[in-house]
Amino acid sequence: MTSRKNRNNRLKDKIFSVWGIISTLIGLILLVIFIGDIIIEGIHRIDWDFLTGLPSRKPEIAGIFTAMMGTIWVLLLTAMISFPIGVAAGVYLEEYGKKGRLSKLLEINISNLAGVPSIIYGLLGLEIFARIMNLGSSILAGSMTLALLILPIIIVATRESIKAVPSSLKDASFALGATKWQTIYLQVLPASFGGILTGVILALSRAVGEAAPLIVVGALAYVPFAPKTPMDEFSVLPIQIFNWISRPQHGFITNAAAAIIILLVITFAMNGVAIYLRNKWQKKIKW
Amino acid sequence: MNYRSETQELIMKKDTMDTPVETNETKKPKKDQEYKIITRNLDVFYGEFQALKNINMKILPYSVTALIGPSGCGKSTYLRVFNRMNDYIDDFRIEGDVIVDRKNIYTEKIEIEQLRKDVGMVFQKPNPFPKTIFENVAYGLRIQGVKDKHFINEKVESSLKQVTLWDEVKDNLKKNALALSGGQQQRLCIARTLAVEPEVILMDEPTSALDPISTGKIEELLFDLKNEYTIVIVTHNMQQAARVSDHTAFFYMGDLIEEGKTTQIFTKPSNKRTENYITGRFG
Ligand SMILES: Nc1ncnc2c1ncn2[C@@H]1O[C@H](COP(=O)(O)OP(=O)(O)O)[C@@H](O)[C@H]1O
Ligand SMILES: [Mg+2]
Repeated sequence: MTSRKNRNNRLKDKIFSVWGIISTLIGLILLVIFIGDIIIEGIHRIDWDFLTGLPSRKPEIAGIFTAMMGTIWVLLLTAMISFPIGVAAGVYLEEYGKKGRLSKLLEINISNLAGVPSIIYGLLGLEIFARIMNLGSSILAGSMTLALLILPIIIVATRESIKAVPSSLKDASFALGATKWQTIYLQVLPASFGGILTGVILALSRAVGEAAPLIVVGALAYVPFAPKTPMDEFSVLPIQIFNWISRPQHGFITNAAAAIIILLVITFAMNGVAIYLRNKWQKKIKW
Repeated sequence: MNYRSETQELIMKKDTMDTPVETNETKKPKKDQEYKIITRNLDVFYGEFQALKNINMKILPYSVTALIGPSGCGKSTYLRVFNRMNDYIDDFRIEGDVIVDRKNIYTEKIEIEQLRKDVGMVFQKPNPFPKTIFENVAYGLRIQGVKDKHFINEKVESSLKQVTLWDEVKDNLKKNALALSGGQQQRLCIARTLAVEPEVILMDEPTSALDPISTGKIEELLFDLKNEYTIVIVTHNMQQAARVSDHTAFFYMGDLIEEGKTTQIFTKPSNKRTENYITGRFG
């Protein structure tokens, strides 16, 4: 009786693990095919001229310089805007606003915000930043929109990292007469900084791939020169890719593949840094 | 077992040592002003649960008072009342008077940061900051805004000397405190507390995570420290209570069952439950 049950369970176990392996393999294989296809198509196109070239109607001389500079600008500004606001909000929710119905409501809403389609943020950015605040289709307006988009991720990451700080550390600080702010600033934030930074980088690596909200805000597919100030018009890599793919000439498809490779490299590099920071941080906080 | 005899032997030795104080104290009752900490009709609640019930107790300065009792009887809760460390617990509630240095610390306008400088605390598990040894000891001064480098250096050195850690770490003050052994970490935590010049030091089972040698060092330390500080220590170890304390209070399920001179509590406890506990029959 029991042995049959056992055998039955073992069979289920087997089926489940085989199913899991197959699913994983399908995912992996598709990813490899996709990336492989793109690399075959585009890798030979990547050279110095491609990286530093301005946009052009001729695919052989078109480059990604303006889009790449736009991406870098947007990335930096988005980080500068979202980092202080997100961390401050996370600290507030975790350490100060814990009690009360309002903070519960905020908490649920922040989790929900992370699931709102990015194009909605684009519409919000268009209305508030581009029109009401009169920033136009500038890098600043785009960055503020993306900052809004990734704020929920940063807030959640900040709260998780702060929660992971052992309470014995806070106890020690309070017991020596430190104020709440001193304890947060001198103990909690340094101890959770690795985790917070990891969250911020992962959030930014999401922002780097976004095209839709920036298109809504008014980023352009064709910008003749690289932006010089936050108020300039701009393009970013995903928009450039989108634009090239929709062209009939095959040369532009090759360009798009090459640009996708660059974008992938940027994303992987950011994820790599995030993983590195997380490991380093986990090693440091062993008690 | 021979647990009892060992403890009592300790007490016998102690008894002969302490005799003059004993006669002096039994003669005339003390005035309230002479006590460092007084609790009157203290009730503590966590939500609906009452963790301490009508506690009345007085603690003398320049002495070691041990709080003993089985797990969950409220020793830590009581200890954390004195520096208001329970304040962070959401549903914590307190009734009655807690008077430290003639100030009611729950009703009078006191600065909680100042209270915690006066009433230091050492925890069960050594919890140094993940900083250098030097910065651990300097932390309490830095948060007070002390900038004088010379003063900080001196204070760090003297505090580390007080806990007999100086010779072990003086060449490695820049080393991370987490690299120290458990016993060294706990002495560092004591030094960190001493650096802000407290008057009372609360210790919550400070040696329960340590090996016997480190435990011995900290017990020795207590003998020196009680000349300058008022020490309240929670301990699970009956022999430790007998060795280091002058006064002992026995708690059971939120009640203060019995308190008095350690010699008396351990040799002729007046309550049956106290006797059962100190002889190891339960707990
Ligand atoms: N934060 C808390 N919330 C609710 N109950 C608590 C809390 N802390 C302690 N208690 C309860 O209060 C009682 C006394 O706890 P404690 O003071 O830690 O005991 P002891 O230190 O003597 O082991 C225990 O029953 C414990 O479960
Ligand atoms: Mg305890």
